[in-house]
Amino acid sequence: MKPRTRRLGWILGGLAVLGVAAALILNAFQSNLVFFFTPTQIAAREAPQGRPFRVGGLVEAGSLKRESNSLTVSFRVTDTRETIPVSYTGLLPDLFKEGKGVVAQGTLGPDGVFRASEVLAKHDENYMPPAAADAVKQAHEATSTKTLVTEQGERK
Amino acid sequence: MIPELGHFALILALLVAIVQGALPLAGAAYGEPRLMALSKPAARAQFLLVVTAFACLAASFVANDFSVQNVATNSNSELPLHYRLAATWGSHEGSLLLWTLMLAGWTFAVTLFSRNLPSVLLARVIAVMGWVSVGFLLFLLFTSNPFDRLLPPAPEGRDLNPLLQDPGMVIHPPMLYMGYVGFSVAFAFAIAALLGGRLDATWARWSRPWTTVAWAFLTIGIALGSGWAYYTLGWGGWWFWDPVENASFMPWLTGTALIHSLAVTEKRGAFKSWTVLLAILAFSLSLLGTFLVRSGVLTSVHAFATDPARGVFILVFLVLVVGGSLLLFAWRAGKVGLGGIFGVVSRESTLLANNILLIVAMASVLLGTLYPLFLDALNLGKISVGPPYFDAVFYPLLAPAAFLMGIGPMARWRNASLPDLWTRLKWALGIAVAAAVILPFILGRWSPLIAAGLFLALWIVVSSVVNLRARLAASHRLGLVAKLGANSASYYGMLLAHLGVAVFIVGVTLVKGYESEQDVPLDVGQTTEVGGYAFKFLGVVPGRGPNYRALTGTVEVRKDGRLLETLTPEKRIYNASGQTMTIAAIDIGLLGDRYVSLGEPLVADAINGAWGVRIYLKPFIDWIWMGAFLMALGGFIAVCDRRYRLAIRRRTAPSAAAGAGASAD
Repeated sequence: MKPRTRRLGWILGGLAVLGVAAALILNAFQSNLVFFFTPTQIAAREAPQGRPFRVGGLVEAGSLKRESNSLTVSFRVTDTRETIPVSYTGLLPDLFKEGKGVVAQGTLGPDGVFRASEVLAKHDENYMPPAAADAVKQAHEATSTKTLVTEQGERK
Repeated sequence: MIPELGHFALILALLVAIVQGALPLAGAAYGEPRLMALSKPAARAQFLLVVTAFACLAASFVANDFSVQNVATNSNSELPLHYRLAATWGSHEGSLLLWTLMLAGWTFAVTLFSRNLPSVLLARVIAVMGWVSVGFLLFLLFTSNPFDRLLPPAPEGRDLNPLLQDPGMVIHPPMLYMGYVGFSVAFAFAIAALLGGRLDATWARWSRPWTTVAWAFLTIGIALGSGWAYYTLGWGGWWFWDPVENASFMPWLTGTALIHSLAVTEKRGAFKSWTVLLAILAFSLSLLGTFLVRSGVLTSVHAFATDPARGVFILVFLVLVVGGSLLLFAWRAGKVGLGGIFGVVSRESTLLANNILLIVAMASVLLGTLYPLFLDALNLGKISVGPPYFDAVFYPLLAPAAFLMGIGPMARWRNASLPDLWTRLKWALGIAVAAAVILPFILGRWSPLIAAGLFLALWIVVSSVVNLRARLAASHRLGLVAKLGANSASYYGMLLAHLGVAVFIVGVTLVKGYESEQDVPLDVGQTTEVGGYAFKFLGVVPGRGPNYRALTGTVEVRKDGRLLETLTPEKRIYNASGQTMTIAAIDIGLLGDRYVSLGEPLVADAINGAWGVRIYLKPFIDWIWMGAFLMALGGFIAVCDRRYRLAIRRRTAPSAAAGAGASAD
């Protein structure tokens, strides 16, 4: 084989690998991206039915209820403007608390209850999950009320 | 006083680093040996100064000097001594100082083990590392000074994040940074080669051990981080495709490609430009990883906006390093040359294919990590890219790479023939396929993914055995020991690292295939059955640690009525921060772990009431980390190879050593 044909072969082979990889990646991307919605957006019916997405906000104080002797809990997530009921079966993360920020992943049922498959709390005690903080901020900007929400300190 | 000393030492280090970066480079450009000779003492002086600064910060932590902002935010007088020391690198500022210390340390090591290097090359290598250090020192001093005072001093510190109060977290960052920063040596060698326009097998032999050691440290660092996540996050997972993990994984993938590409450059003089490009890429990704994790962009892109000084500095520094070196590459790569030619079926071609697969895999991780950040930064909505994406992309890309690991070492350099490879490997292939098809039945459940994973692992092991046998048969020495001794340390290092990959694949496959998990509500005295084991919950008792209160549960694990183990998972509440931590109890076994952690009390009376308990069976999970440690061990063995030391001894005749090495393998 001439060096030139050989080089061409390599380039074609490389392009083929890249093509396959690109196809894999785009396909995986399309089916596995998880979008984030605030309770206000969900109330405005912007969130998809049946497809998993994430919701974030604060756990409404006094809303956490546990079914007796089971791991099923229900609570409400609020961005101070709208609230959305969430039900979840499983163990809650250490940092889950009423009045604190939370992000949940799951699907929205036809009854308007968000069935969480995962409750995330990848943050420490001092600050909110950024998505949850944004949800609250957006709701504030939208309503432009001056309700007091305790400012959460930025983590150093 | 001590913090001021540290601060002063950092300023001096910056000045020395500027000298270390500028003068030797000028000396190399104008052929002025006296200027080039400055590189070694400058690098050593800089190392000493950074060590001083680091020691000062550590001393402030040990002495609970809460008048230092960094100490007040990240430590507490109740914190045990070893965690106070570890808190030195627990914060943003401290970890950047650790980075700088590692960089100075690696440069110091280069000055020690470089007696055989030509002085021009050495001067350039040390100068490049000096410039990188200048960047980090400027960043430290102007935006993230770890010695900033807090006036008036805080009466008590805010405490180290409880997640970090763990032995694994004490050594994980230094190991990881050893790896990250170690790639700066390969980077400096690459830039020096571009500047000099000379890149040959000798150059590859010089930079190879540095790269391999850095890669081995990075492997250990990542494995420690993954192990830490497994037992402290309480979720029983070992890899989450979290951006923080991806940040360390991308340099690893590129580094893996680099050590293979360097092998070709050393043995065959090929892949020269590619090797240089990979060295630049590996270090750039190390920088990107450090900054992604440390700048706070990952937790929120808006951290950039709230602290523009840091963000802008980081961007400028990244652009300078990455852009500058790529520009230099574009300008000078032609001078370096492409190197030798090789056939479509040859060891070079298998290594090239492996390299392409690794880099494409790295690019897919990069995309999945950065894409959500870009969208968010441009206000186009919030998305997250989770494990399903990475699983869907990653396994198909790396499976062929693992398959090639069986063929590559068997293929001849330059030109191999397929029929010959087939004759030598057909039995290995047959055994691997047969065992992979049968084994899942014995293990309990057959699925194509389990069979495929086992096949890859077995294929790597069996083909390695075939390879070793062929090597021994070809040796003319008498006796097994002598025959074994005829092979080089780097050959055994390679075999061991490849076996490590096989062990790792076994772990991943079996844990994914056969793990079982259950979250159950358990009353005191109640028993639940998971995977043939009976778990009996005996309630919790309150207790106390040095800086936390704890509720310790007791869970008895029985099989067929026989008591195997009593596990004591804990729920801790740290005094200073009030933060809750779940400490899982794990019964570790070679064939699998039994993992128990406490969720939350289900009734108000936590002491006598029911708890949500998480129970996992994790078959073969420890093989994942064993595999990683074998890979790292392989790397360390490979650098013990005689030819790296020979090069030092024959420093009077470097060209002779180069000739001998090229024909040895």
